[in-house]
Amino acid sequence: MSTDSKSPLIHARGLTKRFGEFTAVDSVDFDVAPGEAFGFLGPNGAGKTSTMRMIGCISPVTEGDLEVLGMDPERDGSAIRGRLGVVPQADTLDTELTVKENLLIYGRYFDLSYKEAGRRADELLEFVQLTDRANDEVEPLSGGMKRRLTIARALINEPSVLLLDEPTTGLDPQARHLVWERLYRLKRQGVTLILTTHYMDEAEQLCDRLVVMDKARIVAEGSPQSLIEQYSSREVLELRFEDGVTPDLEGKLDDIVERTEQLPDRLLLYADDGEKVAEVLHEQGIHPLSQLVRRSSLEDVFLRLTGRRLFE
Amino acid sequence: MTMSAARGVLRVVEHHAFVYRRTWRGTVFSTFLNPILFLAAIGVGLGSFVDSSNPSGVEGVSYMMFLAPGILVATAMNTATFESTYPVMAGIRWLKTYVAMILSPLDSRHVATGQLVWVGLRLTFGAIVFLGVMVVFGATDVPHAVAMLPVAVLTGVAFAAPIQAFAAAQTNDAPFAVLFRFVIMPMFIFSGTFFPISQLPDALQVVAVLTPLWHAVALSRGIALDMLDPALALVNVAYLTAFAVVGLLASYRTFSRRLAE
Repeated sequence: MSTDSKSPLIHARGLTKRFGEFTAVDSVDFDVAPGEAFGFLGPNGAGKTSTMRMIGCISPVTEGDLEVLGMDPERDGSAIRGRLGVVPQADTLDTELTVKENLLIYGRYFDLSYKEAGRRADELLEFVQLTDRANDEVEPLSGGMKRRLTIARALINEPSVLLLDEPTTGLDPQARHLVWERLYRLKRQGVTLILTTHYMDEAEQLCDRLVVMDKARIVAEGSPQSLIEQYSSREVLELRFEDGVTPDLEGKLDDIVERTEQLPDRLLLYADDGEKVAEVLHEQGIHPLSQLVRRSSLEDVFLRLTGRRLFE
Repeated sequence: MTMSAARGVLRVVEHHAFVYRRTWRGTVFSTFLNPILFLAAIGVGLGSFVDSSNPSGVEGVSYMMFLAPGILVATAMNTATFESTYPVMAGIRWLKTYVAMILSPLDSRHVATGQLVWVGLRLTFGAIVFLGVMVVFGATDVPHAVAMLPVAVLTGVAFAAPIQAFAAAQTNDAPFAVLFRFVIMPMFIFSGTFFPISQLPDALQVVAVLTPLWHAVALSRGIALDMLDPALALVNVAYLTAFAVVGLLASYRTFSRRLAE
């Protein structure tokens, strides 16, 4: 039953989830090691949430092998859930209770005494910077505060693994950074983070390793950096043209551009040196409306792997 | 750590009590005032009409004596119906407090059983108040009231269990209005609460006898008026218990479908 530091905390082989005829997760394999921040990156409907719900022992596995903390979700679901922290995508806070009461009653679900739940609640409110709202109602809290409270609630049982489904979706940039900052701290304390996201910046910021999911399958796996190195160039030159009309570049840039990608509003040129490509274009008399050189990102990896963008 | 069934259920009940601590004020009116209004207006007001035109009484007693035990169980039915519809919809869909529960060691069975036990506690409290009012109005005495209490609670649970199973299966609250209007309301009126079902046409009498409320009224009134037939009472109890048990098992299915898919 115990997990030594080398064996994976989560082990999945051929993991599949079907709802009737619909296959939400199609035979995926992955392992999550202790202390790691592991991400599922993909667009909405890729199967990320269904995978998370199986890991969280909420949704039964249709097919394949899944081990969580060395246990079998089907047999030991309750015991596994007792050691996980789960931050679901939708807010599930109890709006009829105060901020602190939300933590107290949740601690009771994990069989904590009121005294112990109260002690941890105070600590966690401090941790998520909500101490001064402890006795307030939940409803007037901002989206970011509610998300932080949900994270605090998920930590009430001092879990070794925290599952976060789209932790910052719907939050404004400042609120997102506050959430990320708390998650870094947890990671430094040795908590294993497993998260889903369709934000490439979130995946790059938080994840040591991630899998890219698309249409119920895993299409790539690695660290953000290694995925970018493997599937994209170092830099990208983004061009916009007048009226969206792209001039014919056929054959003109073959030796310096690895790949091009035409999007509805712009043209992406993948190259080692974006500036140099821009120079060559100018020399050839091609003058885009605007141009931008940037580093390749996971968005480019996703585009390369699936032919589609993360947001559509 | 695996959560034992009893402990899991207790945690869910605790949650409801936690919430009730903040919301009980809103329920005081209906708990205390409804029985008083009902017994005053219908029992005393309408009762004096009925009694004056019916000197031998309804089934041999005053209308108040006849009516009160019926209203007792009918009120339990109404409370159970309300408490097993909207709050269940809220737990699963609106506030998602049940969704939060199953992320912990609790599972959907704990949630369903805890919901039913909580409604049972609410019913117990409501029935005690109602019986107290009955005693004050002289519609019964304390020993009879004590004997009627479990009947009122069983009645409520017999409705609450299948209705929570039904409620969990719905995607919005529109069917609840249909349930109130076309199931609960007709039962309230035609299952022997206000008048003996012998007044109904034969065909409707058969339908009335099949409703759980008729069995509840028969038990409650049988106790109140000291005319309980033990064999029939056993059938009444078994009938109501069957609704409770089958309803709870059905709610395990619907709660699990909604929460754990």
